[in-house]
Amino acid sequence: MPEPIEPYEEGRAIAATGGGGATDLAMAEAETLEKTPGGPKGTGPDKKPRSLWSDAWHDLRRNPVFIVSGLIILFLVVISIWPSLIASGDPLDCDLAKAQEGSQPGHPFGFNGQGCDVYTRTVYGARTSVTVGVLATLGVALLGSVLGGLAGFFGGAWDGVLSRITDVFFAIPVVLGGLVLLSVVTSSTVWPVIGFMVLLGWPQISRIARGSVITAKQNDYVQAARALGASNSRMLLRHITPNAVAPVIVVATIALGTYIALEATLSYLGVGLKPPTVSWGIDISSASQYVRNAPHMLLWPAGALAITVLAFIMLGDAVRDALDPKLR
Amino acid sequence: MLLEVRDLHVEFHTRDGVAKAVNGVNYSVDAGETLAVLGESGSGKSVTAQAVMGILDIPPGKIPQGEILFKGEDLLKLKEDERRKVRGAKMAMIFQDALSSLNPVLSVGEQLGEMFIVHKGMSKKDARAKAVELMDRVRIPAAKERVGQYPHQFSGGMRQRIMIAMALALEPELIIADEPTTALDVTVQAQVMDLLAELQRELNMGLILITHDLGVVADVADKIAVMYAGRIVEQAPVHEIYKAPAHPYTRGLLDSIPRLDQKGQELYAIKGLPPNLLAIPPGCAFNPRCPMAQDVCRTDVPPLYEVTESPVPRSSACHFWKECLHG
Repeated sequence: MPEPIEPYEEGRAIAATGGGGATDLAMAEAETLEKTPGGPKGTGPDKKPRSLWSDAWHDLRRNPVFIVSGLIILFLVVISIWPSLIASGDPLDCDLAKAQEGSQPGHPFGFNGQGCDVYTRTVYGARTSVTVGVLATLGVALLGSVLGGLAGFFGGAWDGVLSRITDVFFAIPVVLGGLVLLSVVTSSTVWPVIGFMVLLGWPQISRIARGSVITAKQNDYVQAARALGASNSRMLLRHITPNAVAPVIVVATIALGTYIALEATLSYLGVGLKPPTVSWGIDISSASQYVRNAPHMLLWPAGALAITVLAFIMLGDAVRDALDPKLR
Repeated sequence: MLLEVRDLHVEFHTRDGVAKAVNGVNYSVDAGETLAVLGESGSGKSVTAQAVMGILDIPPGKIPQGEILFKGEDLLKLKEDERRKVRGAKMAMIFQDALSSLNPVLSVGEQLGEMFIVHKGMSKKDARAKAVELMDRVRIPAAKERVGQYPHQFSGGMRQRIMIAMALALEPELIIADEPTTALDVTVQAQVMDLLAELQRELNMGLILITHDLGVVADVADKIAVMYAGRIVEQAPVHEIYKAPAHPYTRGLLDSIPRLDQKGQELYAIKGLPPNLLAIPPGCAFNPRCPMAQDVCRTDVPPLYEVTESPVPRSSACHFWKECLHG
């Protein structure tokens, strides 16, 4: 539980002296001030008062959901940068003679249909998934929040046009869109898949950014800043953005998990990533026909995918809880 | 004259039609003078102030007619970026709710310092020193320690002091205070009002005090403008209006103040509701609620009658101002 914030006590001190003269009040107020030079209790060793962000961080550090998901994600990021840390083999080094064989010493997860080591491929698959997830999310968040934020701030015709465009994009079913658009692509890199996700994903963030900018714009302090001579760009960057960015971060974190799942879906359908890229989706796809004979080929990449997606969604949840003051 | 508002009209274009929020307002404030603008919610007092500050949302707002002369220059003819330089530096505004008027994610020092960074191009460090100076000036104890704190860590009265400090930062010539004490405890109200009045004297600023609290007005204002349905219905020096109102609406407002010598009696309330701004009644806008209304009130819009010969002009927009003044 977060501690009660100090100003309440200050308020109570004032109320208690109600009826006294103005000097009494001033003294009461000054007194409570002296007692609490460092602001709220519980800030730990640093006496600086907490902002929304440090408050959120303070909450997150104590949230087991955040710790667990954070550790999983940290692990994923590390092995996607340095997969050789835990996997000594080569994911493309396959021996057809060992196809579909189960677990054996040195190859704990067994071999897949092509005789490649499932463990190595599962480890290397993390890189693809994390790359696609992170880059697609960054692209979506940047494009969506800039377009949506500007539409929310300036309103008018620009807002009207953008809102209709987002409606059009919302009407496109993601999987169908992927089948149509990506089937014409021959490149085997991750870029077409990321591009497709950004293309179809930005309207989601754009709507949220637009809404939260409109909410933040109506706040009195934005009017007050305007009345004191702040320019449009200053109001937008300094007063609106910091107060509107939280929902975007939350949705983007949760979306990251779904983009990883979407990459697997598209790869499974054969329009996403293509071999020789190592991807969980590709492995799930090729393993699915042998699921009765050799379930291990499916279980490991599918399990890794499920845990990864879950970790990002849990992280998003924890971040939302920490950033939403109403849930405190 | 520091500020002169002439025949100002403001309307809002809504889905249901045109809401005429301000219909020909005239008022003026001189340096060192305090004008209190009084009226119910929706009487157009805040909208007039927003038009003066240039922070009306346009659209849906529109100023079809009128002049806002600031030291002789019509602000409505200025370009937006010229206007922006006037805001904050030459005229500033204090808002009703200090908590929501301060940005929750920036420390008060950053927000106070911003004034100097935006208008004077000061460095961050200098701006912070200025912020401490300002906090001292509005008598916030332990300013140096508190400059890095966030708005939620201050009490209501302290927050309003910070708002005042922000408004006064660049020593503007005109301050508009929109119900500066409404959100505060009664005892803190008095402190904040005193502080504002004192700083005004010190800096010889013009002050427009928007309020619906007649008690606040009596002590600090030089003259009062009473607004109803977007018009000024009575304008007078503060003491004369308390002695004898020349408009039935003002009389109603004065009668509805609780008084210590009338304990046990039911409090007077003006009957009915303020008019819908989409459909202001013909004739005098107050006629459906007016105890003195006659046929002429339902057909003819009353002009602004000159009431007094005294050196300070006094006017009333009532056909029967004489009867009201003497009855």
